Parts: sequence; C-alpha cells; structure tokens
Amino acid sequence: MDLAVKRKLINAFALACSLLAMVFGLFWLAWILWMVIGQGIGALSLSLFTQMTPPPGSAGGLLNAIVGSAILVGLAMLMATPAAILAGIYLAEYGQQTILGKVTRFINDILLSAPSIVIGLFVYAVYVAHAGKFSGMSGAIALALLVIPVVVRTTEDMLTLVPNALREAAFALGAPKWKVILMVTVRSAKTGIVTGILLAVARISGETAPLLFTSLSNQFWSLDLSEPMANLPVTIFKFAMSPFKDWQELAWAGVFLITLGVLSLNIIARVMFRKEEQR
Amino acid sequence: MSNNDKTLPPQIRIRNLNFYYGKTRALNNVNLDIHQKQITALIGPSGCGKSTLLRTINRMYDLYPGQRAEGELLMDGKNILDKDVDTIALRAKVGMVFQKPTPFPMSIYDNIAFGVRMHEKLTRIQMDDRIEWALTKAALWDEVKDILHRQGTSLSGGQQQRLCIARGVAVKPRVLLLDEPTSALDPISTMRIEELVHELKSEFTIAIVTHNMQQAARVSDYTAYMYLGDLIEFGKTDDIFIKPQDKRTEDYLTGRMG
Repeated sequence: MDLAVKRKLINAFALACSLLAMVFGLFWLAWILWMVIGQGIGALSLSLFTQMTPPPGSAGGLLNAIVGSAILVGLAMLMATPAAILAGIYLAEYGQQTILGKVTRFINDILLSAPSIVIGLFVYAVYVAHAGKFSGMSGAIALALLVIPVVVRTTEDMLTLVPNALREAAFALGAPKWKVILMVTVRSAKTGIVTGILLAVARISGETAPLLFTSLSNQFWSLDLSEPMANLPVTIFKFAMSPFKDWQELAWAGVFLITLGVLSLNIIARVMFRKEEQR
Repeated sequence: MSNNDKTLPPQIRIRNLNFYYGKTRALNNVNLDIHQKQITALIGPSGCGKSTLLRTINRMYDLYPGQRAEGELLMDGKNILDKDVDTIALRAKVGMVFQKPTPFPMSIYDNIAFGVRMHEKLTRIQMDDRIEWALTKAALWDEVKDILHRQGTSLSGGQQQRLCIARGVAVKPRVLLLDEPTSALDPISTMRIEELVHELKSEFTIAIVTHNMQQAARVSDYTAYMYLGDLIEFGKTDDIFIKPQDKRTEDYLTGRMG
C-alpha cells in the first residue's frame, strides 16, 4: 500500500478512537448533569433558602444546611490556605533539593491521595472522641486537612512554572530573596495559586465522609461551632436514604445546589486562568 | 573609538579567574580589564564561558549551590568574589540585562520602581522623575509615557527589552552587563538597542556578550575572544577585527570555526 494512504488510514483510526473515548467520558458526565438538573430543578423553590430542614411530612428548606456548609467550608479554607501557601512557597523556593523539602513533598503527596474517610476518622479519634460530641469545629478541621495538600501542591507547581529568568532578573536588581519571592515569583503565579484554592473549595464542598464523623448534621439552626452543624452533603446523604418523598426531593435540590456551585467554581477558575494567559 | 580610555583606570580588573560548575571548570585563569565608560564585547562560540564570565561579575552564580569562582575580580580595589561582599549592594553597582526580556508582572512604572526601591528611599515626585529619566535613557519614554500604569508584559518584545534596560539603568549602576540582549529580537529592535547601548556608554561601563560578530564590531571599543573557557585574545575592537594576533581568533572571525 502507498505509504501516504496508509498514514492517512492510521491517522483516521487514531482520531476515531480518541473521539470515541471522549464521547464515552462525556456521556456519563452529561447523564449525571441531566439527571441532577431534571430532578433538582423541580424541587427548587424560594423556601429552600428561607426555611430549616423539616421533619418528614412537613414543608421546609435547606437554609441551615446551606449556611452550615458555607461556615464549614469558609472556616476550613481560612485555616488551611495560609499554611498551605507558605508550605508551597517553601517547597518551590527554599526546600527544592533539601531533605526536609523532599520528605515534605512525599508526605504531602500521600495526604493528597488519602481517602477522605481516613481524614474524618483521624479527626474523630483525636478531637471528637475527646470532646465527647460531634461539632462544627471538628468538621472544619477535617475539611482543612483535605485542603492543605491540594493547595500545597498547586502552589508549588505554579511557582515552579515561573521561569528562572524572572527570578534572576529580580536578583540582578539587588532584591533580597524574600522580596523576589513575594513581589515577583508569587505575583507571577498568582492566578494559578488562586485557581488551586478555588478547586480546593470545589473539592471539599461535596465531601461527605469526613463530615459524618465530625460535624455530623443538625436538624435545627445552629451557629455554635462546638455543637453539631448542619451541612449540605450529610443532609443529602440522610434525606436521600430516607423513605420519605419530601425528604428525597429536598436531597435532589441539595445535590443540584452543590453541583451548580462546584460547576461555577470550576468555570470561574478556568476563565481566570485563560484571562491571565491572554494578557 | 573614543580617546578617553587612556585617562580612566579600568573599572574592573579580572585576575586569574577560575570558575567551576561543580567539578567542571568553565573558566581557566582569565585575566581581563573592563575599561571605564567603554563597551567591552565578549565573543566566542557557544559554551566558551562568556556568559559565565558575565554572571561572575554580579555574583549571579551565588544563586546556585555548586557553582563557585576563584581568583580576583577587583572593583574599587575590593575583590567582588570575597565572602563578605554584600551582593545586594554589589548588584546596585553592577546591573544586568538578560537574553530574553523579563518584565515583572506589574505596571511599567512599578517595573522600574522595583529596583530603585531596593536601594533608595525616594519621594513620589523624585520617583516620577527617576522613572522618566530611566525611560528616556532607554529611549522608551515617548512610547510609554501615557501608559505607565499598564502591565509591562503588554509591551512588544523590543519595548520589553528596553524596559528591562531602563529598569537596570534606573538603579544608577556603574556597570551594565548585557547578556545577548538582542538575540531574541528582530533587526529593527536590535538596531534600536545597539544605538541605545552606544548612548549609554557616556555614563556607564558596559560589558556585552554577543553571538553576533557584526554587533561586536559595531558597538564595542574592546573585544575579548573566548574559547573553551580560555581568554584567547583581548584588545581594541578595531585591532581584533582587522589584524587578530591569534590564529584561533582569526579562524572564528572569518567563519572557519564556531
């Protein structure tokens, strides 16, 4: 066979294979979204945002779960991001080749792939078991432990992407190392680092397993961090498993809200990243 | 060729300089004078040590463990290579511009103010003046005076490189090291930078590494030809290009090697 024809055939075959793989992947995603939107949109109503989670058989909303989730996620990010960003800076700028740096990076990678239920059990053992009760604070800590490895990793990766020439240029002007890092390196990697933070928020907003052992859930309105705190994932878990029709509908509405939130966070992260590249 | 090179003492005297990347020796006993307010070109094939020599003068190699220099690099009677030399103060006196333009991720104004703020405390008005002065020196003022707040990265490649030169000049160093400053630029931008380098000579001592022999011939007063870590020949640019003393220099200049 002619070499050119053969090459074209192989190309067509490879293209078809990759298209098929893409369709296979997208099919499930589209199905999930379709299902979530179909089931969730019907359950959407204003009362979702104004009323508490109801007992079975009466009308209600998800207000306490939505607010609780926001508090848990916000608090977790507040605790985790500063430490994680500093650790990422250390790994990329100071500890690149040191033993401490290598060990930290290795442990961080293990944490990154640790199942979230393990983190939940850990916080249960060291905090909840001693306090004697489930609490919002312990939930926020568990979520923070999930955030740290993600942000450490993205921060380090983004800083390593900054060309060395830029660092050298700053050093050549007589800048001390901390100023080079703060004003040039971190600034260049800013969008990437923020993207990492957004993706970490997206990751923990849907986490259920670590909250089951820590924050648990709360049928009522509570802002007390030492008490169990309502949150969307555990409420969905509880309501979806229940035999009550109205609870199941509320669960779908919750699923819809979380999906929408995670989806928009991902889109925002992407748009931000693209804008930066175009500049 | 200017005629003041006899009257001024050399800005930097390099004596028996050896440089090592780990165990590999990259410079062998280099001896060279960099003359004040003159342009010294370092030429030679890739890997001959010319950039290494340049990066020794502002102690850039300090950033990388495993790289070290031995010998003497005398400026104002002090050895730059001494352990107790404050590299921050040294780099205020010896500026550097790199091969690729490296604007910082900040406004044009802040790009230039960045280096100045490291060494001087200026009022807003003094800083404005300094920035105008530096941009004028770098022949960029007219193009950017109305867009000083814009990101440095929004400029074209040639403008970015002139911004980097302005940034280096703004600190008011005595020596400017240029490491192939035009190799990433088109011919027109290259010409502008060469004119600019020529202008800057009246106030700064300049050392320029270049791959382009015509460029060396056009802009420099002195030329050093390096090969495999050795300084083969050093002298006035006219002498080197018209009647090189060493066979290896002649071969390189006539294109028989390199």
